Amino acid sequence: MTAAAVAGAVAGAAYIVAALLFILSLAGLSKHERARGGVVYGMIGMTIALIATLWLMLAGAWGEPSAMLGLILLVVAVVLGAAFGLYKARTVQMTGMPELIALFHSFVGAAAVLVGWNGALHDEGVAANLLGIHHAEVFIGVFIGAVTLTGSIVAYLKLSAKMSSRPLMLPGKNALNIGAIVVFIALTVWYVVTPQLWLLVVVTVLALALGWHLVASIGGGDMPVVISMLNSYSGWAAAAAGFLLNNDLLIVTGALVGSSGAYLSYIMCKAMNRSFISVIAGGFGIVAPSAGDAEQGEHQETDAASVAHMLEAASTVVITPGYGMAVAQAQSAVADLARRLIERGVQVRFGIHPVAGRLPGHMNVLLAEAKVPYDIVLEMDEINDDLADTDVVLVIGANDTVNPAAAEDPGSPIAGMPVLRVWEARQVVVFKRSMASGYAGVANPLFYRDNAWMLFGDAKERVQDILAAL
Amino acid sequence: MRLGIVAEHRGETRVAATPITVEKIRKLGYDVVVERGAGAASSLPDTAYADAGAALVDAAEAWAADVVLKVASPTDDEIALLRPGAVFAALLSPAHSPELLAKLAARGVTALALDAVPRISRAQSMDVLSSMTNIAGYRAVIEAAHEFGRFFTGQVTAAGKVPPAKVLVAGAGVAGLAAIGAASSLGAVVRATDPRPEVADQVASIGGHYLAVDAPVEHSADGYAKATSEAYDRRAAEIYSEQARDVDIIITTAQIPGRTAPRLITADDVASMKPGSVIVDMAAAQGGNVEGSVADERVVTANGVVILGYSDLARRLPTQASQLYGTNLVNLLTLLTPGKDGVLTIDDDDVVQRAVTVARDGAVTWPPPAVSVSAAPAAKPAQTAEPAASTAPPDKRMSRTARRGLITLGMAALFAICAFAPPPLPEHFLVLTLSVVVGFYVIGNVTHALHTPLMSVTNAISGIIIVGAMMQLMVPSVAVQILAAVAVLVASINVFGGFAVTRRMLSMFVKGQQK
Repeated sequence: MTAAAVAGAVAGAAYIVAALLFILSLAGLSKHERARGGVVYGMIGMTIALIATLWLMLAGAWGEPSAMLGLILLVVAVVLGAAFGLYKARTVQMTGMPELIALFHSFVGAAAVLVGWNGALHDEGVAANLLGIHHAEVFIGVFIGAVTLTGSIVAYLKLSAKMSSRPLMLPGKNALNIGAIVVFIALTVWYVVTPQLWLLVVVTVLALALGWHLVASIGGGDMPVVISMLNSYSGWAAAAAGFLLNNDLLIVTGALVGSSGAYLSYIMCKAMNRSFISVIAGGFGIVAPSAGDAEQGEHQETDAASVAHMLEAASTVVITPGYGMAVAQAQSAVADLARRLIERGVQVRFGIHPVAGRLPGHMNVLLAEAKVPYDIVLEMDEINDDLADTDVVLVIGANDTVNPAAAEDPGSPIAGMPVLRVWEARQVVVFKRSMASGYAGVANPLFYRDNAWMLFGDAKERVQDILAAL
Repeated sequence: MRLGIVAEHRGETRVAATPITVEKIRKLGYDVVVERGAGAASSLPDTAYADAGAALVDAAEAWAADVVLKVASPTDDEIALLRPGAVFAALLSPAHSPELLAKLAARGVTALALDAVPRISRAQSMDVLSSMTNIAGYRAVIEAAHEFGRFFTGQVTAAGKVPPAKVLVAGAGVAGLAAIGAASSLGAVVRATDPRPEVADQVASIGGHYLAVDAPVEHSADGYAKATSEAYDRRAAEIYSEQARDVDIIITTAQIPGRTAPRLITADDVASMKPGSVIVDMAAAQGGNVEGSVADERVVTANGVVILGYSDLARRLPTQASQLYGTNLVNLLTLLTPGKDGVLTIDDDDVVQRAVTVARDGAVTWPPPAVSVSAAPAAKPAQTAEPAASTAPPDKRMSRTARRGLITLGMAALFAICAFAPPPLPEHFLVLTLSVVVGFYVIGNVTHALHTPLMSVTNAISGIIIVGAMMQLMVPSVAVQILAAVAVLVASINVFGGFAVTRRMLSMFVKGQQK
């Protein structure tokens, strides 16, 4: 047996071990107690896969002129990439997690596009009868990768407010999307028959444009779904590269990530009462203009001192944070408030809507950063039935996720979306910058309820005012 | 403008402003003068007013201010002290006192009746009647407890078992709800009646049990209860008779604006009650809900039932009542002083301002044009929305057959590919399919809180594409090698950054100390 053959066999075995470790990693991540172990599994798996691959590439090409350049490029690229990645991971603000994750997705997309292009530029060693399939794989890999790339970049720009988070409304947007896919299929067939490089350029541009358009036409409020959808896409891009390179590890890992991302999107969709298929297709950002935009009454305003009195008199308090808390960086102040109230013997809990924030689980991460114990942070379904027995609910920067119209007004654009029923509590205090409606653009009748009080201003400052007044 | 707080007489214990509200009034730009001793009956000493920035003056000077605030309606002598052109605010009960309004108008005074605030959501913060009846409802329970010879709450003691007191509250308006809340927090078993079935939830929410009367009633359009139908009254009377025999305490709160109070409890009902029982008739001054009640009197019947007809229940809690009354007044003044510059203006187009203004420019301006509460118009759009709802949902979700069709199609496509594609494609598809299924099951029960760490770890793992890029690095073509190097670079950002950030996040998740 040659050295290359041995390396190939060992790498194959190593890939199986790595794939198993990745599965264990994802399984570990589903429970708090095992989560850290899960990350360790993932890191071990990744290390094994990288070492095996390194051996494989060296054994296969050692002594050839290209090997030296390849090795130098590898070291430089990995060192630079690792340095940048670790730097980003160290310095990112927890409120900036959604942007970072969107950015990371775009890197996977970019890598997939490059791997696909390389597959096209260098197709020696592919059996003649498989050449057609190889071409198709190149096309599919580049297509998915490019959609992920621009989609993630747009998501990143929207999340970091470098681009308006309003949905882009091109006329006939659904026709554009479907048209792009039809053209892609036609181009794939064409390329399989006569492989020409300009077709690959066209399809790359087409896919980049499609990715841009898919995410640009989705509003900021739907970002949790978009992020997990892009997560899924980045997995499929890796799987497509696996087909192209005949690499089972890539297929397994890509499929794991792809299906787990899809499952997360599905959970998000259920939480927002949207159809899963229409999300995957990207055409779901359309929100019908709300019917009842008319003035629904007068809201009542309050001040920090009154809220402090209200909290002092309360025996149960529920805090429902939303994206506004992240924007105002108010999580530490909110956590302090919760601690102070707990010390006074008040029962304080947090109620988290599944799509609160701009990333699945965004609020949990922020509250964890502020050292809020996770056993008082409850999900919507766990807290909803207790809200009627709650003295005071503090709604901090949330809007659509506490909108009674979703439950009560069948004509509302968000009708049927499960929401936190905060209005059932005795008193509701809504922290808000102004009376503007949420990302869904739907007016919120909660603000006009008799038991609802508006506390205007920056959430962090207001919470600190309350702390001072307690 | 100069704003005067005058002292009350004739048994009125409240005062129109407390030191706290004086401060708020001064923030609106007014110079505040307070008559000496105005707050004494509410335990608010003159020094506290002085500390709040008010000037202490004698009666004549306080009455001569540009704006005069008072609680009880004024006497003729007091009206004579008012400066023509001044604004005067107090409880004037405009519906019952046309002569008083005429006198105020003749004096050239702009009169604001605080008990004429309309019952709309926006005006709630100025609704003096609500805040006073809230106090009265609480005090009614306290008065009853004072007369009642037993505990409210049930107890099991070494000296034997004590049953809880049973309280019936007739009318679940503001006063009734306050009474229900107070009685149930003392531990009594509380039942409540009201002609509006929609209050059942409110009654339950503060610990009462709603006794429904199964007979049709008119719906209320202005927030107050209406007169009831004959069938309803018959059934209600039966309920009251049944309850009278059973309960220990009855608190009646039923009033209809502009009419005498309805008779709810007959003399026979009272006679059927146990000796030592207590009845508080909060409507005694309006004719009484209870036969035999006398306004402002304590009556003991032949069978030992105490009937209290006090009409000054709110005044029996003077400090609390003054505070709420004062706050309501500040809210009204805030509305009337849009510039916060101490200049009082009345906007006739605003329903609240129009309604409270009962005399102006020498003319009586009562009653105001009718207003309706905001709840009524909101009902209309809800009805029109219903048909729209039945058409909207179907296109949102796929039908069952469509979903089954799609699944079948997918299976067939997979079968076709694997059956006809050359190797190694079928093996790849096998791996792909199994991995997808494994992915779904592994993620299936993830805790919601871990979504973000899970996503960032999958992100790191999908950086596995680096493996593909690495293999391409060794290809003998510089162009390919450079592209591959770029791919390795971006993928390694993902791998290292993804794992590192996940670890950082997970290290933050802490569990609370076990208690």
